[in-house]
Amino acid sequence: MARVVVNVPASAKRGQVIEIRTLAGHAMETGFRRTQTGELIPRDIITQLVCTYNGVEVFRAELHPAMAANPLITFTTVATESGTLELRWTGDNGYAVTQSASITVV
Amino acid sequence: MDGRQRVRCYAIGFHYGRLRFFALLAAVFSTLPAAGEIPLAERRSGYEFMTRETRAMQDDDATGPALFSLLDGEALWKRNEGQAGVACASCHASMKGVAARYPKVESGRVVNLEQQISVCRTRRQKAPAWAYESRELLALTAYVARQSRGMPIAIEWSEATAPFLEAGRAAFNRRQGQLNLSCAQCHDDHWGRRLAGSVIPQAHPTGYPIYRLEWEALGSLERRLRNCMVGIRAETPAYGAPELVELELFLMWRARGMRLETPAVRP
Repeated sequence: MARVVVNVPASAKRGQVIEIRTLAGHAMETGFRRTQTGELIPRDIITQLVCTYNGVEVFRAELHPAMAANPLITFTTVATESGTLELRWTGDNGYAVTQSASITVV
Repeated sequence: MDGRQRVRCYAIGFHYGRLRFFALLAAVFSTLPAAGEIPLAERRSGYEFMTRETRAMQDDDATGPALFSLLDGEALWKRNEGQAGVACASCHASMKGVAARYPKVESGRVVNLEQQISVCRTRRQKAPAWAYESRELLALTAYVARQSRGMPIAIEWSEATAPFLEAGRAAFNRRQGQLNLSCAQCHDDHWGRRLAGSVIPQAHPTGYPIYRLEWEALGSLERRLRNCMVGIRAETPAYGAPELVELELFLMWRARGMRLETPAVRP
């Protein structure tokens, strides 16, 4: 189940630093573990998170196998204008989730 | 020469480290007097022993790690299940305060919240019970227990509960396993000290099911208890075994009046 929540303040003053929090529900299987019969469990992780603010990329993170399950990523950006923040998570086995949140800048 | 010397130093260092570890264990568990049960006013939730960052995770309702389980639990609560084709929501309205009263003594046996859900599933919904620690059972338990957050734990020492509480207390104080330790030796006598790198909490089950960072998942109190038992190299009772549920009941009574935090985050 590809599920993601994005938490962005509904409104902000122009020039204000805003905090964006996002949580993805994902097992983040490292690819290093084995089953009880010794077979390697294939890697299944989220590899990238990209955040665009009105089409302009403001944040990018690359995720690796050491990341915990259900990764929570918090970052900040400057509120410049009203519009949409779009967060795009991509990963192994065709994992792709896009979630947007709108912000009003006054 | 130089190389050989270095190897020897390393070997001595290694033995010294091991000696120090056992000396520490011996110092912690033999020379200090037993403190007995913790006075009611000095009880502290595991939350207070956590780092600022872990507390922030628990306090964060919008993006907390148990969020998806709670949403799953809500969906399961409303879904018609089994041959009877009824949902939990068909019979029950609010479950506020329910988790604060479990484990509960019913017709001569003690039942925890997970088991009560299984009873409801098999008797009322005519559906197969979920396995212990399954994603569904944990999610629904968390959803139900979440509604009692902030409420004081209400387990009473009464005529009905007394035999089970006595059994639970005996289990808590009984030395067991290859390390020959009782629960009380760590959690009554030495809480606040460190066992290896971790602070020993007082073992109050205020937030179950918890999202434990070590598990990277939600887990029940029974899972946590079995974890501790593995740690002291004792035999682990099966999930749902009466001795585990009695211990759960005793721990909840021990934490009576403390506020529920479900779903709590623990390291």
